[in-house]
Amino acid sequence: MPHVLCPGCAHGIALRALFEAVDRLELDADRIALVAGIGCSSRLAGYADFCTLHSTHGRAPAFATGLKLARPELTVVVITGDGDGLAIGGNHLIHAARRNLDLTCLLFNNSVYGMTGGQVAPTTPLGGLASTAPGGSAEPAFDACRLLVAAGASFVARVTLYEPPVVADIVAQAIDHRGFSFVELISDCPVYYGRYNDLGEGPEMLMSMRSRDAAISQTLAGKAFVGALSASAAAPARPAGLATGILHRG
Amino acid sequence: MPESRLLQGNTACAEGALAAGCRFFAGYPITPSSEIAEEMARRLPALGGVFIQMEDEIASLAAVIGAAAGGRRAMTATSGPGFSLMQEHLGYAAMAELPCVVVNVMRGGPSTGLPTGPSQADVMQARWGAHGDRPAIVLAPDSVAEVRQLTMAAFRLAERFATPVIVTYDEVVGHTRERVTEPATPAALPLRARPLPGARPYAAALDEPARLTPFGDGRRYHITGLFHDENGFPTEEPAAVEALLRRLHAKVDAHADELPVAEEISLEDAEVAVFAFGIGARAAAVAVGEARAAGLRAGLLRPRTLWPFPDEAVARAARRVSAILVAELNLGQLAGEVARAAAGACRIERLNRVDGAPITPAQVLEALRAAAVVAR
Repeated sequence: MPHVLCPGCAHGIALRALFEAVDRLELDADRIALVAGIGCSSRLAGYADFCTLHSTHGRAPAFATGLKLARPELTVVVITGDGDGLAIGGNHLIHAARRNLDLTCLLFNNSVYGMTGGQVAPTTPLGGLASTAPGGSAEPAFDACRLLVAAGASFVARVTLYEPPVVADIVAQAIDHRGFSFVELISDCPVYYGRYNDLGEGPEMLMSMRSRDAAISQTLAGKAFVGALSASAAAPARPAGLATGILHRG
Repeated sequence: MPESRLLQGNTACAEGALAAGCRFFAGYPITPSSEIAEEMARRLPALGGVFIQMEDEIASLAAVIGAAAGGRRAMTATSGPGFSLMQEHLGYAAMAELPCVVVNVMRGGPSTGLPTGPSQADVMQARWGAHGDRPAIVLAPDSVAEVRQLTMAAFRLAERFATPVIVTYDEVVGHTRERVTEPATPAALPLRARPLPGARPYAAALDEPARLTPFGDGRRYHITGLFHDENGFPTEEPAAVEALLRRLHAKVDAHADELPVAEEISLEDAEVAVFAFGIGARAAAVAVGEARAAGLRAGLLRPRTLWPFPDEAVARAARRVSAILVAELNLGQLAGEVARAAAGACRIERLNRVDGAPITPAQVLEALRAAAVVAR
């Protein structure tokens, strides 16, 4: 079907993982609501056959709060991006986590504002090139999971989209969890962030997730992979030691 | 025997909402509207409703719209600075065709202004504060009883037109206590119009609203603030874009006669008229009585719907009188609209009070006399 995602974008992996999670949990499609903000990841809501609300930039958790309180029987999943959720929407995310309402928030982190052409985001690594940081980002980046744990979320996890079965499993656990669940999905933006920072095309960026994810690296030790890892010496590294997996369960 | 009690304007607003079936309130504290939130917080739980204080006004209206998507009658209340923050979501609700009620108790502005003093300086913002060509329905009660009545009506109108309805009054009306007689059992509100079987969610006649099934009631569809087709999915196709935008306006404009009409006092034989609303209208009503007693044929045209603007009522009055005195607690935001609607049939005079106190009957009387002298 037609969609807005660029060739090489990993976001679609998460959408499929969401569908698998819904399937695994045997949820009723009529009782699922996706509430999305504004951005490439938020457009995914329009590709799902549920009740889907494409709301405003940064405010999806607030819309979702109203919907969930009005219709507690619905499974409400918030879809947001790193700019949508941590910049303009940071406060709403913090308070939604504090309230620990039974919502699931999927935050697609590709370190950039992709939809609008590759501007710097609160998750852009220090030194990363972006269209509004042509000399490299001069600001430290958020650790979204630490933020959400501190805010009160009772389920916090981080996964890379390199391993779809892991994503589906974590997302299913997050949805099943009663309380505020937060999953940071490490995704990519080959057309903007990848291009600006010489990180290669979609496959290379996906593979670099693999190499920087300690847990996945361990399980794949010794296995062959196809394609060249290209990471120029000048490319900024994701902050070392970003843990993956379920990081907090309250 | 109907019971009468002393009721505050803001409390009456909450009562009107509850009587209309409002069962969801999300808001944020701001003077001089907080009493509405406090009354809703006290009374909603026992009625099986939901009250939530959100982290700011942006989130408040977002939560209200989310609840509306779920089929609940939902409301928020605020004042100037919060109303400014709500503009984007007013546009969103209008574009998505989700009904809700937003109350703005007007205080002195701009900016932090006069938190405890009245103004009527948000009336243009209520029409044009959101970006884009947003349709607007704005009601303006002038008494405690009318606050209750028009807030109740706002819910019916929001669902009839599938759009946000703003109820706005100044701080004096909000904080005044007046004797209110218990009404007879309010007429049952019509339920939100059910979509036709098999109909696409945003398919509607050129001058009718969309009929959306509440989320969870068995129909799955997409709601977005982007321009969208009749299925609800985003489109940039020019004909579809224009058709949707025009329908969002036509659905209200073509049926503006269903909105609360202006009140006309002593206009039949008037030589000068006051155009006033809110607390200004209360003063004007007194002044008109005093003018009549002194031999001056004055009248009052009091809009109860500010937007769509009551063009016909103003045009009719303009043809009768030699001057219309537009009395506002602002620098003249509606005077231009009155002049436009009068289309030269009479002079337009202005009485503007912007010092944080309400217009007085004496001020209106003096201005009426001055307007009448010029006429002769």
